[in-house]
Amino acid sequence: MNWLLDNLPQAMGLTVEHLYLSLVPTLIGVVVALGLGLAFGNRPRARAIITAVASAIFTIPSLALFVVIPSIIGTQILDPLNVVIALALYSASLLVRTVFDALDAVAPEVLNAAEALGYSHARRRIFVDLPLAVAPLAAGTRVAAVTNVSLVSVGAVIGVGGLGQLFVSGYQRNYPDQILAGIIVILLVALVFDRVIAVAARLLTPWLHQGAAANSGDGKRRRTSPAPVAPAPQELAASGREAK
Amino acid sequence: MITFESVSKLYPGGTQAVTDLDLQIATGSFTVLVGPSGCGKTTSMRMINRMVAPTGGRVLIDGQDVADIRAVTLRLGIGYVLQNAGLFPHRTVLDNVATVQRLLGLSKAEARTKAHEAMERVGLDASLATRYPAQLSGGQQQRVGVARALAADPPILLMDEPFSAVDPIVRLELQQEVAHLQAEIKKTIVMVTHDIDEALTLGDRIAVLAPGGVLHQYAAPIDILARPATDFVASLVAKDRGFRTLSFETLTGLGTTALPVPDPEGIIDMSALSPGWSVQVNRDAGTAAWIDADGAVFGPHPLVPADASLRTGLDAVLASPTSAALLVDGTGTIGSYFTLADLGPLLRPNEQARA
Repeated sequence: MNWLLDNLPQAMGLTVEHLYLSLVPTLIGVVVALGLGLAFGNRPRARAIITAVASAIFTIPSLALFVVIPSIIGTQILDPLNVVIALALYSASLLVRTVFDALDAVAPEVLNAAEALGYSHARRRIFVDLPLAVAPLAAGTRVAAVTNVSLVSVGAVIGVGGLGQLFVSGYQRNYPDQILAGIIVILLVALVFDRVIAVAARLLTPWLHQGAAANSGDGKRRRTSPAPVAPAPQELAASGREAK
Repeated sequence: MITFESVSKLYPGGTQAVTDLDLQIATGSFTVLVGPSGCGKTTSMRMINRMVAPTGGRVLIDGQDVADIRAVTLRLGIGYVLQNAGLFPHRTVLDNVATVQRLLGLSKAEARTKAHEAMERVGLDASLATRYPAQLSGGQQQRVGVARALAADPPILLMDEPFSAVDPIVRLELQQEVAHLQAEIKKTIVMVTHDIDEALTLGDRIAVLAPGGVLHQYAAPIDILARPATDFVASLVAKDRGFRTLSFETLTGLGTTALPVPDPEGIIDMSALSPGWSVQVNRDAGTAAWIDADGAVFGPHPLVPADASLRTGLDAVLASPTSAALLVDGTGTIGSYFTLADLGPLLRPNEQARA
């Protein structure tokens, strides 16, 4: 803790960099995954290809990706953009499956109703499917965001790692206090991200958080419960990520 | 006028859902498509708003082939009520009802004003407007579904088994409400049901479909009951058929007896009918209570309006401890009663059935 208190300005600078490096890829990932999901969710073939590509991207170790990206897009090896792009790829790959699953989970009855009432396909996607997919999508985004926060530190090996640099230098100088400081701040950042997304999702889905009505019981009321979150891909992803 | 011109639907797997269907649905009529599951009734109905495309023949609305109308435009002009209401879980009741108006381009405020009117029309309390569908009972959800379908005042209303998912009491209530609404607004309603009772109660024309989407009979309810065109139709209406026919017979020609004058307390001495009995009328409730020689009270029993069906009249008499029921004439006067014996001459075998 001493290191952290003594070097607050430096720690702040690293934290800001860390926030930037993890937040921007998460946002890009959400946008890309949503776009792909909404456009191709009901085209089985495109969907199969996207899912396969996403899984393939996921198997590439992060460090390898950090190193390979500059040779593909021509950036400098130490450019923070490399980290942003790599993490955005991971996030999009992780989230695109969540988006597919979330859109699949919208009750067919509701889609049927939308069609019968006169929604065009595009309009339905945006005003019916999308809002109903927010809850599971937010759950996936929490996993992606927290994963990004921890993955940014790997970038320290190529010199762009936000708080991860504390690990590198703490290790090199055999200074555990510095490493501990890095762990604490990263944990805090991850926790804040997680909470912010959870609260935002709650505000975006007021219909999931109304108590069952007080109109006298005929036993027909359905208790509201958050839409199911497909856990399997995320858990897989999370455990896969640890190996990186 | 909705016209089916030798319409067929053959699914890629080889399932024949509808076979050479010809049907003319008059504007302002309440037509019910009835039959067991797999008879193509829902498929047929969905051809009207192009949710299903026929593989043969045409569906016309007022002479225009629906295939020539843009699907979205067509559907915005046709109300649709789904089996389980199919409400949007993420929208309040009011915004659910306002959906079609919004799609038609009305501002949020205008659409909501219309939605409030529609809610009122189907008997939904304004306090429900801000609830979400999950906070409503099944019956309320279905009412919202009806309000949503009617909000934009479409000339055609399609209903897909609208009452099958609610409990019997609520179902009866909703059926009466829809019958009442239809008498008021005169839409062209096409409803799908597997419940022949519901079809007979609500429809003024019934199309009986058999598996494979084969039309067996298209006629008024009384004709379906009295003269089933095929064995299939006969088997569908077999249960209580004779008794149900009474629903379509009136009390015309019923012999009645004048009621004695009530005493100052409003009790009418009925000893002429049955020794020791008297009856007391509760005008406001539309009921009567029978009192026996020992002062025991039986009731309340319903009063029978003069324009009621023979079935209602018979039911009232069978339920009465004295086998008599009080009649309310067209002017609201309760001046006479009738007995099981009086109904006898009306309860002759249906002449149409005999023919």
